[in-house]
Amino acid sequence: MIKVLKSGLFSNLQDTGRAGVQSYGVPISGPMDKFSFDLLNKILNNSPNSSALEITMTGPLLEFYKNTHICITGADISPKLNNIRIENNKIIKVKPNDRLSFGTLVNGLRAYLGVLGGFKSNLTYNSSSMCFGVTKHVRLVKNDTLDYQEHDLPLKEQFKFDLIVNKDSDHLKVYKGPEYDLLNDRSKKMLLSNAFSLSNTFNRMAIQLNEKLYNQINPIITSPVLPGTIQLTPNGTLIVLMRDCQTTGGYPRILQLDERSINTISQYKKDSSFYFSSII
Amino acid sequence: MSHFKINYFQYSSNSILISWPNSIDKYTLKDVLLFKYSIEKKIKPLVEVISAYCSLLVIYDFTIDNIYSCISALKVCYNKKNNFLLKKNYVWKIPVCYEDQFAIDINLIMNYSKLSKNEIINTHKNNDYLVYFMGFIPNFMYLGGLDKKIHFKRKSIPSQKVAKGSVAIGGSQTGIYPLDSPGGWNVIGNSPIKLAGIDNWRIPISPGDYIRFFSIDSKEHKKILNSNIDYCIEREVIDD
Repeated sequence: MIKVLKSGLFSNLQDTGRAGVQSYGVPISGPMDKFSFDLLNKILNNSPNSSALEITMTGPLLEFYKNTHICITGADISPKLNNIRIENNKIIKVKPNDRLSFGTLVNGLRAYLGVLGGFKSNLTYNSSSMCFGVTKHVRLVKNDTLDYQEHDLPLKEQFKFDLIVNKDSDHLKVYKGPEYDLLNDRSKKMLLSNAFSLSNTFNRMAIQLNEKLYNQINPIITSPVLPGTIQLTPNGTLIVLMRDCQTTGGYPRILQLDERSINTISQYKKDSSFYFSSII
Repeated sequence: MSHFKINYFQYSSNSILISWPNSIDKYTLKDVLLFKYSIEKKIKPLVEVISAYCSLLVIYDFTIDNIYSCISALKVCYNKKNNFLLKKNYVWKIPVCYEDQFAIDINLIMNYSKLSKNEIINTHKNNDYLVYFMGFIPNFMYLGGLDKKIHFKRKSIPSQKVAKGSVAIGGSQTGIYPLDSPGGWNVIGNSPIKLAGIDNWRIPISPGDYIRFFSIDSKEHKKILNSNIDYCIEREVIDD
């Protein structure tokens, strides 16, 4: 078991999410940075759907009650085990009473903490992913506990993972969205040549961008959307839908992020700037 | 059989968006749903087919290599679809308490429409609403068919918390909030029945069904709300 001594900004449990129940209006969810999440379960040799903790910006203070191995991937939030700095992407043995803390955010925004076999959790629509409107709890709070299977195995020689970080790229790959062709030429050109940046409005549902785009397109009749869909609101704000987004929306869908670029943008901080590069 | 001009568009690496001409009506919905059921039966492997008013999103369980062959398979599917696939539809009778304690925004509609409280409630009740699809939050039904007399614009600043069960009007739409949620619609009543998505519950109501509201007093509302047994929604088969 792990006990949460301090919650940190926003830590939540995620597995690969809830594909297949969007017809009921249930968001897909799953890790914001699926690349780092998959890497975590690979390093720990867990099954790909094992649940892990997604830690945002500032980490929690956690105490372990059982032996296991842990690993942290994604953002580097200066993790420490019993006050000794540990590295990301490495398997580390923990024992009862060990404390895991986090410090300064060095790079990225979201880290993933996993244990051997994943965390145990109740399933809602076949998934342990926390999500507003779907699960009772949407984040960890002080004194919460997370259970896992005890493992007292010796550490094996570790794999060397070269592809450690989803390389910080400032180019996000996009497809044209269904309403892209309704934009005028000037807007299209701006979209694919100007730099854009993250506003301070970002969460697991959506990221709003700072820069606006002149919008001459009328709202559409509510239609399906997916994580990675970029919507244009009536006042010209660009909204990038993320993993916990609604299943349908009424704003024009002008671009669609490539799956890898969804992972990339979820590691961007406020004011990080980037370019869209068109795939087609 | 009606014939629509349908558009196919690759939406992401594993999905195709199918769009009908822009319209919110029951004939389009029927065609959308028939196509959805046909795809679910014929095309594999799928993650899911999501429907809305006049569109479908087909999500495949693979990365699309050849978009043209996927689209031609969908076209074959559309041309071969038949009415046998249509599901049996129901009218679901949903209890609503329209008393003052729940009808917190009804005054706004009264002032605007110049209708009395009873006229608004009767207009809202004496109607069958077509369920188009679920979205916004889990198990929230998009309903069509609200009488023009009681159309009323959304709040310019959404409420931080619209209570679970709230029955509300937003523009030309009406709906029930399955759980406490921020929202901009005007609340005119509350239904005590379980609609929330928490704990795996799936709404038994399907797109193509109808909703009919009937009024209950606050005593009955409380009784249904506090009952340990889930309220059994009364339903009638529709003969189309």
